[in-house]
Amino acid sequence: MPANPKAKLVENILDLKNIAQAPTRNGFGEGLVMAADEDQNIVGLCADLTDSTKMGDFARKYPGRFVEMGIAEQNMAGVASGLAAIGKVPFITSYAMFSPGRNWEQVRTTICYNDRNVKLIGSHAGVSVGPDGATHQAIEDIALMRVIPNMRVFAPADMIEGKKVTYAISKISGPCYVRFTREKTPIFTTEETPFEIGKAQVFWHEAEGKKSDVVIFACGPLTHNAILASSVLENEGIGVRVINMVSIKPMDTGAVIAQAKEAGAVVTVEEHQISGGLGSAIAEVLSANHPVPIEFVGVNDRFGESGEPNELIGHFGMAPEHIVEAARKVINRKQEI
Amino acid sequence: MSQLHDDKLKFLEEKANDIRRSIIRSLQAAGSGHTGGPLGMADVFTALYFHILKHDPANPDWEQRDRLVLSNGHICPVQYAAMAHAGYFPVEELQTLRKYGSRLQGHPHRNMLPGIEVSSGPLGTGLPQAVGMAIGLKMNKQPNQIYCLMGDGEQDCGIIWEAVMLAGKLKLDNLTGLIDRNNIQIDGMTEDIMPLEPLREKYESFGWHVIDANGHDFQDINNAFEMARAIYEKPVLIIAHTIPGKGVPEIEFDYRWHGVPPGAGPEDKFAKADQVAEMLSRLRTLDGKIRSEHQ
Ligand SMILES: Cc1ncc(C[n+]2csc(CCOP(=O)(O)OP(=O)(O)O)c2C)c(N)n1
Ligand SMILES: [Mg+2]
Repeated sequence: MPANPKAKLVENILDLKNIAQAPTRNGFGEGLVMAADEDQNIVGLCADLTDSTKMGDFARKYPGRFVEMGIAEQNMAGVASGLAAIGKVPFITSYAMFSPGRNWEQVRTTICYNDRNVKLIGSHAGVSVGPDGATHQAIEDIALMRVIPNMRVFAPADMIEGKKVTYAISKISGPCYVRFTREKTPIFTTEETPFEIGKAQVFWHEAEGKKSDVVIFACGPLTHNAILASSVLENEGIGVRVINMVSIKPMDTGAVIAQAKEAGAVVTVEEHQISGGLGSAIAEVLSANHPVPIEFVGVNDRFGESGEPNELIGHFGMAPEHIVEAARKVINRKQEI
Repeated sequence: MSQLHDDKLKFLEEKANDIRRSIIRSLQAAGSGHTGGPLGMADVFTALYFHILKHDPANPDWEQRDRLVLSNGHICPVQYAAMAHAGYFPVEELQTLRKYGSRLQGHPHRNMLPGIEVSSGPLGTGLPQAVGMAIGLKMNKQPNQIYCLMGDGEQDCGIIWEAVMLAGKLKLDNLTGLIDRNNIQIDGMTEDIMPLEPLREKYESFGWHVIDANGHDFQDINNAFEMARAIYEKPVLIIAHTIPGKGVPEIEFDYRWHGVPPGAGPEDKFAKADQVAEMLSRLRTLDGKIRSEHQ
C-alpha cells in the first residue's frame, strides 16, 4: 500500500471500521497542558466554552493561569493582546465562528498589527459540527486569518497532529491560529509522523514505477478522505500523491510548486469555503509560478445546515467519491491542454 | 392589571405542559441540543404565543403582527414547540429537529421556517436587530410591538450593551426586552462566570424601565407584559426569573443540563436510557402540580 513510509502513518489507515477515532480538539487539550508544564508564561482564556474547546484540563491544573472571560470574544482578543504585552503567552479559545469569527477586527488590530504573541484556538470549525447548523459552522476562518499580515494558520489532520501543532506554536513567537474540529475523526498519523511549521508532508505516494498523475493538497481531517480517495484512484491505475498542508501559512511553496510540476494536475481539499481558503492559497502560488489545472473540493459559496457530520460532508461534496471525481476531472483537463 | 380567569389559566397550564412534553420528545429524537433553557422558558413562550402576541399562524408575514426576536437562539426547541402547538406547522414536524433537511435547524433560520423573524444562535445578535426594527416601525408610525428574548449569560456580550444604550437614547417604547434570568450559562452559574448583578440598576441607568416577574406564574407574566405596553417614553425590560429545567424537578437548577438532550444527560438522577421516560412521567408545571389536574 503506497502510503508514504516516511510519513509513518498508521497501518490500518484504510480500515474505517477499526481505525481509532478522536476529535482533533482533544489534541489541543493535551498539547496545551504539555506546553504549559514547560512554560510558566502560558495562560489560558476562554469565553464560556471551557470544556467543549478542551481548555478544561489546563484550567483545572493551573487555575491561577486561567481567566474565564464570560461570553465576550471581542474583549478576549484585546485582553490577550494586553497579556502578551506583559510577556505572557495567551492561548484563547472559543468556537471558530466566534473567535476568530466575531472578534476579527480585534484580532487584526490588537493582536496582528501590534504583532503580539497570542495563540488563537478555534474549535468546532467546519460543517462537521453537525446538528447545530449554519450559525455554528465556521467555513470562512482560514480565509479570515490567512489574509492578515503576521498571522500564521494551521489546520491539523487529526488529534495527534493537533497536539504537535499546539506544542510547536507555544515555542515560536507571534500570532498563530489553529483550527480544530468537534467530531471524532480517524487518528491516522502517529507520534513519529514528521511535523514542522512551514513544511508540507507527503502522506501518500504513487506506487513504485508509476508516475504522479495528480497531486491532492489537503488539510484537516478531510486529509483522510483524500487518502481514501487515493486508494480508489490507485486501483484504477492512476498515480496519486496526497500532501498534508497542515501549515497553511507559512506555506511550503517550494513543495507545492515541485509537486504540481511533477503531476501537472492539482486537487485541493478542505472543509471550508472554496473562496479564500487552502485552495485559493495554492492557486495563488501556482498561478504565479507554475500554472496547472486545479479542481477545488470544499463548500461552494453556501452556508452550512443541520445534519449529521457525514451527511453534510456528502451533501456539500467533500466525501471520498467527490475527491475521486475531482481527480478524474482534473486529469482530463490536463490531457485537453 | 387584568386578572386571568381560571379557565384561561387552566388553558395556559395545559398548553405549557404540552409544550414541555414536545420539547423533551423532540430533543430525544434529535439526540443533541439544549434542555435546561427551553424547559425553563416554556411558561413565558406559552404566555406569548397563546395570550400576549398579536400574530396569525396562518399568515406569518401579517403586516400587523408583533415581532418576536429570539436573541438566544439555542433555546429554539421551546419556540418551535410553541409555534407548532399554536398552529404554525404540524406538531409531528417537531421530531425532525436538528436533522438533515429539516426546517427546524439547530439554531433558527429565518429563510427556512415562516414565523421566525431573525436567524440566531450566535449570542448578542438579536437585540441590535430588535432595536433596528423598533426604530423602523417608529419611522413608519406603525404601532406593532417588538419583543426581544435574551439569555442572562448572553448579557456578557458587549454588543448587548451597545444596543441597550441606543434603545435608551431613542426612548424606544415599542421595544420590550425579556431576560431569561435562570442564573446558569455553560461554564457554571452566571454570578461566578461573570457577575451581572445589579442587573435591574444597570438597565435603569441606561434609560430602561425594568419589571421583575416570576417566569412560572402566568398572572405575573401577563402583568409584566401589560405594564410594558402601558409604559411610554422608555424601552422596557422584563427580568423573568425562571428555573432551568423547570417542570422536571430532578433536573431543575442544574447547569449541566444546559446543553445536553434527554438521554445524554448527567446520570446521578436517572440512567441515560431512562431519562426520557422519567422526564415525561415527572413532568409538572407550576410548583409541582397542574392546577387543572386537581380540580
Ligand atoms: C457569541 C457566542 N459565544 C458563545 C456561544 C456558545 N453558547 C451557547 S449558549 C451559551 C450560554 C448562554 O447562557 P445563557 O444566555 O444564560 O443561556 P442558558 O444557558 O441559560 O440557556 C454559550 C456560551 C454562542 N452561542 N454565541
Ligand atoms: Mg442562563
